Amino acid sequence: MAFPFLSAIVLLPILAGVVLLFLPPKNHKLIYSFALAVALVTFLLSIVVYVGFDTNGPPFQFIEKYDWLPQLRISYHVGVDGIAAPLVLLTGVVIFTGVIISQRIDDRPREFFAFLFLLASGVFGVFVALDLFALFFFYEIAVFPMYLLIAIWGWKQSREYAAMKLTLYLFIGSVIALVGVLAMYFNSGLYTFDFLALQNANFSPEFQKLWFPFVFFGFAVLGGIFPFHNWSPVGHVAAPTAVSMFHAGVLMKLGAFAALRVGIMLMPEGAQFHMWWILLLTLVNVVYGAFIAMTQTDFKYMIGYSSVSHMGLVAMGLATLNHDGLVGASVQMVSHGVMTALFFAVVGMIYDQAHTRQIPELGGMMKIMPFAGIAFIIGGLVSMGMPGFSGFVAEFPIFMGVWADTPWIAIVAAISIAVTAAYILRAVGKVFFGELPAALEGHMHDIKISEKLALGILCVIMIVIGIFPSVVVPMVEHGVEAVLALVGGA
Amino acid sequence: MFGTITPDMILAILPEISLLVVLAIVFIVDLVLPETRRGILAVITAVGLAATFALTLLYANPGNSAELVWGGMLRHDMLAYVAKLLFIFASFITVLLSVKLDNVWLKGEYYLLLLTSTIGMTLMAASADLVMLFLAIETTSIPLYILAGFMTGDNKSTEAGFKYLLFGAMTTAVMLYGFSLLFGFAGSSNLYVMADAISAGAVPGPVLVGTLVLVLLGLGFKVAIVPMHFWAPDVYEGAPTPVTAFLSTASKAAGFMVLVRVMLASFPNILADWQLMLGILAAASMFIGNVVALTQKNIKRLLAYSGIAHAGYALLGVVAASELGVASVMYYLLVYVVTNMAAFGVVVIVARVTGSDEVEDFAGLQRRSPMLALVLLLAFLSLAGIPPLGGFIAKVLVFAAAVEAGFVWLAVLGVLASIIGLYYYLIVLKVVYLDQPKSEEPVPVERAHGVAILASVLLVLILGVIIAPAYEWAIAAAGSLF
Repeated sequence: MAFPFLSAIVLLPILAGVVLLFLPPKNHKLIYSFALAVALVTFLLSIVVYVGFDTNGPPFQFIEKYDWLPQLRISYHVGVDGIAAPLVLLTGVVIFTGVIISQRIDDRPREFFAFLFLLASGVFGVFVALDLFALFFFYEIAVFPMYLLIAIWGWKQSREYAAMKLTLYLFIGSVIALVGVLAMYFNSGLYTFDFLALQNANFSPEFQKLWFPFVFFGFAVLGGIFPFHNWSPVGHVAAPTAVSMFHAGVLMKLGAFAALRVGIMLMPEGAQFHMWWILLLTLVNVVYGAFIAMTQTDFKYMIGYSSVSHMGLVAMGLATLNHDGLVGASVQMVSHGVMTALFFAVVGMIYDQAHTRQIPELGGMMKIMPFAGIAFIIGGLVSMGMPGFSGFVAEFPIFMGVWADTPWIAIVAAISIAVTAAYILRAVGKVFFGELPAALEGHMHDIKISEKLALGILCVIMIVIGIFPSVVVPMVEHGVEAVLALVGGA
Repeated sequence: MFGTITPDMILAILPEISLLVVLAIVFIVDLVLPETRRGILAVITAVGLAATFALTLLYANPGNSAELVWGGMLRHDMLAYVAKLLFIFASFITVLLSVKLDNVWLKGEYYLLLLTSTIGMTLMAASADLVMLFLAIETTSIPLYILAGFMTGDNKSTEAGFKYLLFGAMTTAVMLYGFSLLFGFAGSSNLYVMADAISAGAVPGPVLVGTLVLVLLGLGFKVAIVPMHFWAPDVYEGAPTPVTAFLSTASKAAGFMVLVRVMLASFPNILADWQLMLGILAAASMFIGNVVALTQKNIKRLLAYSGIAHAGYALLGVVAASELGVASVMYYLLVYVVTNMAAFGVVVIVARVTGSDEVEDFAGLQRRSPMLALVLLLAFLSLAGIPPLGGFIAKVLVFAAAVEAGFVWLAVLGVLASIIGLYYYLIVLKVVYLDQPKSEEPVPVERAHGVAILASVLLVLILGVIIAPAYEWAIAAAGSLF
């Protein structure tokens, strides 16, 4: 039998988390090195899966299946398609870069990395799960550690409130989706949680119309869909840097991904019935999120709301249910993941030294940390959807997909591009250029080599996707075709 | 009246015999030993319970057969088998947790009462006759009344014992009245003979519903569901903590075993009536338990209210009245017992050091003992229903059973209630992980306590990840009722 790559990816972090708890608590260097090594191995494994994915092969690859609870036909069934494989890689990248820049965590680092790895295992598990029970299992594993990570290591002013709000929102969402999945389990007549089997379950249109919103919104809460998004900026802001990166970069994708996987792919008729108004909600996400981001003076809040706006584009792409929209949404998940991880990393680096995130109190960072400045500008260009960067490869098809169906929504949504440009340019201008405020004089220094490495990796990915879309688009198309076959769209 | 005694009949009561032997040994040793050396009693009891567990596990498995033994008094089936193992395990952990507990652990009568109560529980799970059932319930309860009030120097404990006794006696009397009506109408006290008579229409519908209410009042008290829950928080708070652990787990589970058996065996005629009735009680328990738990400052009271809510969740499986339903109840109880044992274990250990069981005294426990904090984290997350812990699977199973039986509204209510639950579990974890401790001194852990919480918490993890073997048991236990 072939090496179980996916299981290795899913289980390695959680096992590492257990090992971490037994390392000597005072030896921070050992703890950090161990965490870094594990993150690196996970990253390499996810590269192997990405590179090994055959775009001419069957829809799902790297499949492994073992009985878990055979009496209820629950199995540990994993595999990746063209949509999941890039997300696995994304997770590998973000966990690796996130660990790199978490060197400064000095309060109980064992527990920090253990919870972070638990979270990572959960995220990987969701992306590769081909059994709905397993998907839930990992989904909740992914959500829960967030509470502790934010509550213990987060920003003192708002961490308790933010952690609780986030956890409750996401749990309400997930358990409501769970009830929907149980309904599917019993209604299918198949008594199975297996995704591939349920694809052929042919749920009645009435059933799909009734249950689709439960399942879709249950998950989409984590994707930050309006009006259930307001846990998200608060959570981003309160979280420590690596956790913000992971949260906005990867965790929010879980929501969109699961909404696609369980909601749209298993209840396509329900999706078609409800999608017009969901499209409207995502429009609010995109435009309103951008405007709110523009009004923020807190650097981190600005990025938090920009995430709401950009994740809105993902949901909007999904809501088109057509080829271009779905491809765009899938690429946007990756592009936004990398971009927002980079944003939060840079903000974290600045905040660590300046101890303020108020945009008006910052300035002149380009002279002090030029590498971070350039990285942020690259991220900004991605965010604005500039050609040559991954953002363009993602957003262009989304707008095409929306235009094909409802041009007026595309026109209104396009406002967000201009607004995004406005707030990104303003932030770049104010934070990185101009004079260094007197209060910060002497407190600031350049970032470490390791941090440059982390930012560098993220930048390279955005540029490579921008210049050579073929590294990701054919794979995504391969996955989207399978979705379209279910949805019956063009 | 029993005819010839067959090996099967002996095997059916093997756990009880073994427990009785342990009890006799403890009794004699207690008489012989001087007061200072009575620490050995805990060892004897623990070893005896472990041996009983092993004996039961190896020899008392009825397999797929289910037969009435001892003149129809007991039923030797998987439900009883699994339940007995569960009670013996709970009793074992309780003894470990009692070690070094002042005013308790050097007294022989403590262990005698605990063992007697355990025997009562094992009989409760196997009773197939109203008379046997009543005797078993009383054998379980009377020692528990005394145990709750065991710390005679402590007013709270005395109050707990007294309160428990009064409420218990009253509800038992009401239940006994229900039993007598059933017997009178059906003409037999054997549950299964009675069931046939009832199916044949021996009892008029309205009377049957009335009887059901009386019986439910008694059993509802045992499992502490709303509105028969008032005693629980006070009694839990006042009783010695290991006794609280025992009360909230084994005693509750025993009540559920009887509830499941009696409901399914004797009242299939009015299935729809009692499903609705129990459904409403389940919803009320889940909500009232969780909402009131939000305001609790004492961790034992908090766990009492959380226990009321959990009885509500488990009740969902009974409401479903299906094979999956009963299996889910069994799985739920397995998980609930080991989880609560772990949680109470930590409470015992911390209370020994801080001398208090207020939530605020758990502040910064993580800095004082990372492992204790981790155990509490795992136990509470399991109670909240988060994977990869047993509580997650247990909740999914009961919700699944409710959905399968067409009680989607109950499943949705359960889901909403569990969100409220999550909130207060997180609040406690926040105190443990985030707040500043009053002192940084490490919390010492007795070896016996360490073994108890480790065994419990490992089972919580195992039940959450390796689901199939325990589920096999649960489904076999359920199968023995249908």
